[in-house]
Amino acid sequence: MEKPVVSMNNVSYAYEKKIVLDQIDFEIPKGSFMGLIGPNGGGKTTLIKLLLGLLKPDEGTIKIYGEPISRFKGRSKIGFVSQKANSFNRGFPATVFEVVSTGLTAKIGYFKFMNKKHKEKILQAIDQVGMSEYTYQNIGNLSGGQQQRVFIARALVSDPELLILDEPTVGIDYENVKRFYDLLHQLHEKRNITLLLVTHDTGTMTEHATDIVCLNKTLHFHGKPEEYRSLSEMELSNFYGHPVNIVKHNH
Amino acid sequence: MLADFFQYDFLRYTFLTGLLIGIIAPLLGTFIVVRRLSLIADALSHVTLAGISFALMLQKLLVISFSPLLGGMIFSVIGSILIERLRSVYKAYQEIAIPIILSGGVGLSVIFIALANGFNNDLFNYLFGSVSAVSKNDFLMIVTISIFVVFIVTILYKELFTLSFDEEHATISGLHSKSIHLIFIVLTALVIAASIRIVGVLLVSALMTLPVAAAMRMAKGFKQMIGLSILFGELAVVIGLISGYYLNIPPGGTIVLVSILILLISIGLKRFKIS
Repeated sequence: MEKPVVSMNNVSYAYEKKIVLDQIDFEIPKGSFMGLIGPNGGGKTTLIKLLLGLLKPDEGTIKIYGEPISRFKGRSKIGFVSQKANSFNRGFPATVFEVVSTGLTAKIGYFKFMNKKHKEKILQAIDQVGMSEYTYQNIGNLSGGQQQRVFIARALVSDPELLILDEPTVGIDYENVKRFYDLLHQLHEKRNITLLLVTHDTGTMTEHATDIVCLNKTLHFHGKPEEYRSLSEMELSNFYGHPVNIVKHNH
Repeated sequence: MLADFFQYDFLRYTFLTGLLIGIIAPLLGTFIVVRRLSLIADALSHVTLAGISFALMLQKLLVISFSPLLGGMIFSVIGSILIERLRSVYKAYQEIAIPIILSGGVGLSVIFIALANGFNNDLFNYLFGSVSAVSKNDFLMIVTISIFVVFIVTILYKELFTLSFDEEHATISGLHSKSIHLIFIVLTALVIAASIRIVGVLLVSALMTLPVAAAMRMAKGFKQMIGLSILFGELAVVIGLISGYYLNIPPGGTIVLVSILILLISIGLKRFKIS
């Protein structure tokens, strides 16, 4: 069997004395589209930070392609898209091209310059997210949805095999959220990228994901979207710690 | 008008030094401004003053020749490393490093000046800049610093840009953010030390930030912003030096005023364009 892209074994993490993640065990199989959901403060972002190597687990091991994360060298195989569309400095004078090029910096390596091939790759990535006509525009002049697509291009330009997205649709209007999911769907189907998507938007997500994980300090659910949808309101309330209304999106 | 600047050796050195710092100060200034580190330049220039006073004190008390520029450079580089240390100690209040280092620099300067029983008008030149202060040795040292700074920024350009745009992403992608940042801060310290002869301790941060502030409003993309910043920097230095010389005013003052004028024009142009 192929090695899972990510495997977490008995991972715990606490800020000061507050336990945020308690003995988490799970795997992301290659080629899956995993949706990670859970209440605020349930440890989703902490889990992502552990995966990205920004935090170290107090207990347990995290392996990426079977390699312990501290020794994992192929950082460019992991792409990351954060909620940047909301938080980044809008006045930063950089063109879309320049922003996407930062996704290649580490891959090109120190003391080397960008060549023609790299430039083509950057243009390709911009094209893939449908932003070609804005290539030489300043990023600050774009809408939130457009900026988010640029950040996806930045993550794609280094040819990642795993793409991690942390609540990427927050603050983006409905029309663009739909386009966004279409894009993810394409990446998953055509480029066979393994996806880990953290989101609040469970309605839309369960239509696209292949696996669902619910996290609230511990792992509450790990299964297929159909199974998730068949959970009773009672079970979901237990998980969130308060009553839940399931909002169904109709497309 | 330029004739004097080519006729006399000391003026020629001043002029050429001005052209060099007109490049390197806005070059680093671009990264400083977008990373919101403008005040660090101020802190470092005051530490440089401590180094200069230290060298002047040694000269006066022990009658040994110790280049004030070298003294300023050493203090500035040490100061830059200390700032980084402090910033990692006070992670949530990083700007606290600035008043600590700034006041430390001024405090040390005062002590060195007092120990030496005061200096002649040399110190005044260091505070506000001077058109007649650049010696041949200073000039050679500034040429070396400039070549070094431009070389490092060129080979580390993509890393510096990536780090400036999004530090978290840079770290995640595997860049050694801390080391790159340290190199950057040390370069800043060197540029400040090199600029002080001409613009002076109190105004050096202006030459690093004002041309950038003007360029920022009209540039498309980061590279264009660097180009425009250097252009504005050169304009300010050349006009400022010449007018300072003929009006008998320290060039720090005239350079800063020209920079502010450029900034106002750029704001005006933008308004005009919009309306």
